[in-house]
Amino acid sequence: MDALLHQILAGLATGGIYASLALALVMIYQATHLVNFAQGEMAMFTTYIAWSLVNAGMPYWAAFFITIVFAFAMGVLIERIIIRPVEDAPVLAVVVVFIALLVILNSVAGWIYTYTIKSFPSPFPKDAFVATKYMSPHEMGAIGITLVVLLLLFAFFRFTPLGLAMRAAAQNPQSSRLVGIRVGWMLALGWGLAAAVGAVAGMMVAPIVYLDPNMMGGILLYAFAGALLGGIDSPGGAVVGGFAVGVLENVLGAFVIGNELKLPMALVLIIGVLLVRPSGFFGKVHVTRV
Amino acid sequence: MALLEVKKLHAAYGQTRVLHGIDFTMEEGTITALLGANGAGKTTTLRALCGMVRTEGEVRFAGHDIGRRKTEDIARLGIAHVPDGRGTFLNLTTEENLRLGGYARRDKKAVEADIERMFGHFPRLKERRRQQAGTLSGGEQQMLAVSRALMMKPKLMLLDEPSFGLAPLLVRELFQILRRINDAERVSMLLVEQNAAMALDLADQAYLIETGRVVQSGSAAALKRDDSVRKSYLGY
Repeated sequence: MDALLHQILAGLATGGIYASLALALVMIYQATHLVNFAQGEMAMFTTYIAWSLVNAGMPYWAAFFITIVFAFAMGVLIERIIIRPVEDAPVLAVVVVFIALLVILNSVAGWIYTYTIKSFPSPFPKDAFVATKYMSPHEMGAIGITLVVLLLLFAFFRFTPLGLAMRAAAQNPQSSRLVGIRVGWMLALGWGLAAAVGAVAGMMVAPIVYLDPNMMGGILLYAFAGALLGGIDSPGGAVVGGFAVGVLENVLGAFVIGNELKLPMALVLIIGVLLVRPSGFFGKVHVTRV
Repeated sequence: MALLEVKKLHAAYGQTRVLHGIDFTMEEGTITALLGANGAGKTTTLRALCGMVRTEGEVRFAGHDIGRRKTEDIARLGIAHVPDGRGTFLNLTTEENLRLGGYARRDKKAVEADIERMFGHFPRLKERRRQQAGTLSGGEQQMLAVSRALMMKPKLMLLDEPSFGLAPLLVRELFQILRRINDAERVSMLLVEQNAAMALDLADQAYLIETGRVVQSGSAAALKRDDSVRKSYLGY
C-alpha cells in the first residue's frame, strides 16, 4: 500500500510537468489547429539557458524568472519570424517547419552545450520539513509551482481583457479583427506564453531526468498523450490528462509493465484515445453538417 | 465632407470578379440602404469596405484612405461590421461577446455602462448573459451581433442582412432600435437588406446594385415610388 501511494504521489509530480507541457500544446493547438512538435525542444533549450545563468553564479530564482522572460520572447519571435510566413501554407508544410524547429533547437543545444548529461539544481532544500517518506521536497515543490502556473494562466485567460481577446482570436479570427483585435499579435503572445509555460516545465523536470538535449523527447510524448486524453481543444482537460498520464505511467511502470515499457504505454494511450474517443474526455465532439 | 466616399471599387475572390467599379457616398448621420438581388455584390461591398477581400479603387472614411488598411485598423477607425452569418464568438458567453466589442476602446468604465445599455435595448440578452453564445437562438445572436457592433461606439455601422432569420415582429423591433440609435447617437448606418420595403422605410438614401455596379440611386422615398424598383424589389 505504501509503495502504491508513493508511486501515485511521484506520478503527480511528473504529471504536473506533463500537464504544463500539455497545456502549452493545447494553447497553440487552439489557435492553429496544429500540434507544435517543437514544444519540448523549446522547453529544453530554455532550461539550458537557466543552467547557464545558474552556473554563472546567479541565484536560482533570478535565473528562473529571467529564463521565463527569455522563453516568452523566444516564443514570440519564433511565431513572428518562422511560423508567420507559413501561416496559410498546407498543414504538412507547417508540420515540417515544426519538425525542423525541433531538430534545429536540438542540434544547436548539442552544439553549444554538448550532449553530455548535466545535473540541474532544484530550488527546494533536500531536508525541508515538508519532505515525507512518500515525496521528495523537489516533487512537492514541482507540484506547487505547476499549480501556481496553471492558476495564473487560468486567471489571465478568464479575467483579463487581453486573455479574453486571445481566446477570441483563437476561436474566431475574422470576428476578432472586426472588433479591432490584432489577431497576429495575439497568436504571437500565445506562442510566448506556451514557451514560458514549457520553460517552467523544463526547469522542474530537469532535476529529475537530468539535463541533456534529448531530455524532452519522452516527456513531450507523455504530454501529448495527456493532452489527447483530456481533449486536445480543452485546456482544463489537458491539465487533468497530464496528471492522469503521470500517475498512470508511474503506477503501471512500477507494478504492471515495468519501466522499459512505460514509453510505449504512452503511444498505446494515444492510439487508444484516438480510436475510442478522439475528442478526449473533456473535449468537444465536432460535428460537421453536410 | 462625406463620411464615406467610395470610388471605382473593384473586388474579386480569387479569379472571380464580383464588384466592377462601385461608386457611392454617405453623409454623416444618415442611413443608407444597398439593395439588390442575390449575388449582386452587396455583401462583398461591405466586406471590401472592411478590408476583408482584395480590392482596387478608392475608399475614404472620415478623411482616411482605408482602401489598403487592415481589417483591425479599419475597425479601430470607427467602422463596425455586423457580418453575414453574425460572427458570434460561439464558445464565449454573451457578456464576453459584448465586452469584446469594447476591446479597442480606451474608456473602460464606459464600456461597463454600455454593456448594461445593450441589455436595456435587448433584455433577452441580459437573461442569457452568462450563457455560451453558441446556445443562443438565431434571433438572439443577431441582436448580439448588433450589440457587439454598437459596443465599439462606431461612427459607421455596416449591417449585413440584420433581419435574416428573425421573426417579423423582431425585425420591426430591431429596426426601431436601429432608428433610435441613429437618431440619438448619430451613428451612420450602411444597410444591406433582402427585405427592401423595410430597408427603404428605415433609410434616408438608397443605392441599387446589379452585378457589381450601382444602377440607380436616390432618396429612399423616391426609390420607393419608382416603378421599376417597385416591380423588381418591392413586389407590388
